[in-house]
Amino acid sequence: MPYDPAMVKPMKEELTRIGFRELVTADDVDRFMGEAKTGTAMIVVNSVCGCAAGGARPGVTLALRHETKPERIATVFAGQDVEATARARGYFGDIPPSSPAIALFRDGRLVHFVPRHMIEGRDAKTIAWDLVAVFDEHCATLKK
Amino acid sequence: MGTFHADSGPLHGITVVVDTHGARVYIGRCHEERPEEVVLLDADAHEDGADGCTNAEYTRRAARFGVWKRWDRVAVPRAEIASIRRLGDVSQAPR
Repeated sequence: MPYDPAMVKPMKEELTRIGFRELVTADDVDRFMGEAKTGTAMIVVNSVCGCAAGGARPGVTLALRHETKPERIATVFAGQDVEATARARGYFGDIPPSSPAIALFRDGRLVHFVPRHMIEGRDAKTIAWDLVAVFDEHCATLKK
Repeated sequence: MGTFHADSGPLHGITVVVDTHGARVYIGRCHEERPEEVVLLDADAHEDGADGCTNAEYTRRAARFGVWKRWDRVAVPRAEIASIRRLGDVSQAPR
């Protein structure tokens, strides 16, 4: 059963207010990934878990202040937007589902994935530093 | 912001590798550390040598992307546990 929308709203807004596109249906995901066939794109699988997502959201927020970053950013909410999350995971290939998680695509191909266990217990700055290194490696196009 | 359960032990919410005194290793999200058992969620296990893979190889593979859960919840008796470590601390580099 999905979470109470009122409970997850502020957790969603932590990302949507900095420019993340909220994907709530499978069609939303397919549309986003269709647009991401060229260039770089990131999908953040958001979640209610304070142990991990509580660090992931501010970590991603910090990382996106970096000059080099993905051209397109979107988010699905695990346990809430179930259909969209399942469809997004379909684009992650054989990677086991976890949330929160972060997927980076270049020209529609998954080039980096941060599973939950690489997020949990880490502070926002550490998560951000790792993401910035990934952005520098894969996001050649600069978008501010 | 989010859900926290501070009374469930310091590893609550952390994905851990539970090495046992036997051939089995468990990987799952630690839910609760009790005196008699450790409860893991979304857990998998591997028997050393199964599928031509040692426990060390299985753990290193899991460290890259995680595991496909075999159980929603599993309780590992303390008497079977040799060590508990964070999966995030396991090196992903193949040896």
